[in-house]
Amino acid sequence: MKKIYRLEDLDCATCAMKMEDAVRKLEGVEGASVNFMAQKMIVDIKDDSDEDSVRKAIAKACRRVEPDCKVIG
Amino acid sequence: MTKKQLILLIRIAASSVLLLASWAFKLQGPLGLAAYLAAYAIAGWNVVWGALLNIFHGQVFDEKFLMTVATAGAMGLGDYKEAVAVMVFYQIGEWFESIALGKSRKSIASLMDIRPDEAVVLRDGQERAVDPSQVEVGETLIVKPGEKIPLDGVIIEGSTSVNTAALTGESLPLDRGPSDRVVSGSINLTSVIRMRAETNFAQSTVSRILELTENAAQRKARIEGFITRFSRWYTPIVVLAAVLLATIAPLFFAQSWGKWINRALIFLVVSCPCALVVSVPLSFFGGIGGASHKGILIKGAGYLELLSRIKTAVFDKTGTLTKGVFEVVAIHPQARSEAELLDLAALAEANSSHPIAQSILRAHEGHIDKSRISSVKEMAGQGVEAIVDGRRLYVGNSRLMESVGASWRPCHHEGTVIHVSEGKEYLGHIVISDTIKQEAREAIAQLKSLGVERTVMLTGDSDEVGQSVGKAICIDIVASRLMPQDKVSRIESLISKDAPLCFVGDGINDAPVLSRADVGIAMGDLGSDAAIEAADVVLMDDNLMKLPQAIRLARKTMRIVRQNIVFALSVKALVLVLGSLGFATMWLAVFADVGVLVLAILNAMRALR
Repeated sequence: MKKIYRLEDLDCATCAMKMEDAVRKLEGVEGASVNFMAQKMIVDIKDDSDEDSVRKAIAKACRRVEPDCKVIG
Repeated sequence: MTKKQLILLIRIAASSVLLLASWAFKLQGPLGLAAYLAAYAIAGWNVVWGALLNIFHGQVFDEKFLMTVATAGAMGLGDYKEAVAVMVFYQIGEWFESIALGKSRKSIASLMDIRPDEAVVLRDGQERAVDPSQVEVGETLIVKPGEKIPLDGVIIEGSTSVNTAALTGESLPLDRGPSDRVVSGSINLTSVIRMRAETNFAQSTVSRILELTENAAQRKARIEGFITRFSRWYTPIVVLAAVLLATIAPLFFAQSWGKWINRALIFLVVSCPCALVVSVPLSFFGGIGGASHKGILIKGAGYLELLSRIKTAVFDKTGTLTKGVFEVVAIHPQARSEAELLDLAALAEANSSHPIAQSILRAHEGHIDKSRISSVKEMAGQGVEAIVDGRRLYVGNSRLMESVGASWRPCHHEGTVIHVSEGKEYLGHIVISDTIKQEAREAIAQLKSLGVERTVMLTGDSDEVGQSVGKAICIDIVASRLMPQDKVSRIESLISKDAPLCFVGDGINDAPVLSRADVGIAMGDLGSDAAIEAADVVLMDDNLMKLPQAIRLARKTMRIVRQNIVFALSVKALVLVLGSLGFATMWLAVFADVGVLVLAILNAMRALR
């Protein structure tokens, strides 16, 4: 299942790269791709996992990389 | 300017004033120290705080951390003034970066802004402005001149011109009248129309295009992978070098520890790979945005990169190199004028809906007086028998001529031959054929001058037709009499690792081929579902010149990407060398970090045009 999250205040491209890496390693995530320009993250979530908890894990992983950036959606 | 940017600007200004004041009044001792520390805190508190947070999160080598260590180190050496100045300079760079990034994001977004704001829908006899997503299929919409057409649909009432430039890059307006299809995102130019919505908003052409371009990051370019790997190693290596410079070098060389530590700090400032990391996706995004404005939709940076290196171009024939529409190409009368023969054939075929009859009627152009026709009889698989002005006409293929006993003769032209006879008397024939697109030859020639080594045409037609089209437009290889599955195996035999191949088709029946090619390019009618799904690149109109244009655009983008990489790397290398020899100041190092980044962003924006 593909989900698109908006990344508010994503200003640093290195962080975008690190977020992508961090989210890819999360449980329940098949793949992730950050579009730095469009400030969006496209995450492929495994079908059998709980979307809400994955979303929380994603927000947490991103906060660890770049505290200024908020995950919305 | 956003609130965040404004606050940063105020902090930069306050810190600068404090720094200049304490420098001008030559503050000394505890008062001086307090002033410098305050200036440092005003400019850089969030940098230091972010660095501390990141250490707790296990993120060591990030920009904030490196800047904190570098400036703290400078303070440790007693260079308070320099430490504050570097922090202020760094923040100025960050501010510029934020502004430049915001600007470029905005200009790309506005370039791709084809989204209609509202739709005027007719409900219960009243006009209501609603969000386009609220409109249901089958509802009647009213579009005034100057407004965007909100959904795909068909005109019910009114005739107008529409501008599809935002979708196709083609600025010539199209005339549209009742029962013509209009596409969402195009602009109604001249008069009010009423139209029936045929799709909902999510399925409209506009939504699909936006979806495609905004989520185009799916397939990344090889060069992006390179940057990712590079930056993973670059920072730790430079930091390690800095440590060695501060600890080992003083043991071998005469200068003081302080000097070497200062050089090591310069290394730390240069060790952030940000300019590289930001400029590459930015250039690609600019390239994709600029292309979409010209009616070339590219589904990812990876395809842009491949497109720039295309060595083999494979084309489908019908509908791609040719118009896919049958036209009269020759009229050969027997002892009569061409106009007279065409006139008779058109009269005989006037009531037929067969594609061949239609093409004869199109060629005739003039008014057809149907009262001259007294009876028409269709003869299946042969043609028609019609009585026109009391004359018994036969119009059809050679079998019809045989059966009425007319002495027909064959034609040297390729295509479908339509014979005409009056009773047994042979009057001549008309040749109908699919015509080659006007620009096909020029497009192929341009591809060759762009360094495409092989051009190939695939067709299901006969060898003769294939060869004649191929020769007319100078295609290198022609493969004819292919079934759809043969086309896939042909493509597979042409694919090679070092020479990327593109396949250009109209998206009808060739989805498997499109997805098998390195770059599948679909062209033609706006919003054909199959094409948009299967292709990697979509050309929004059926002009073949878009293909060389797309390749040129891809090359330009790649050039900008490479320029940025070479520029950023060489400036950093230069500063590292100068720094280790003791010729670089920390100011120069900060410029190498953020200055290069801003220049790289500005350069990347060229990809938009």
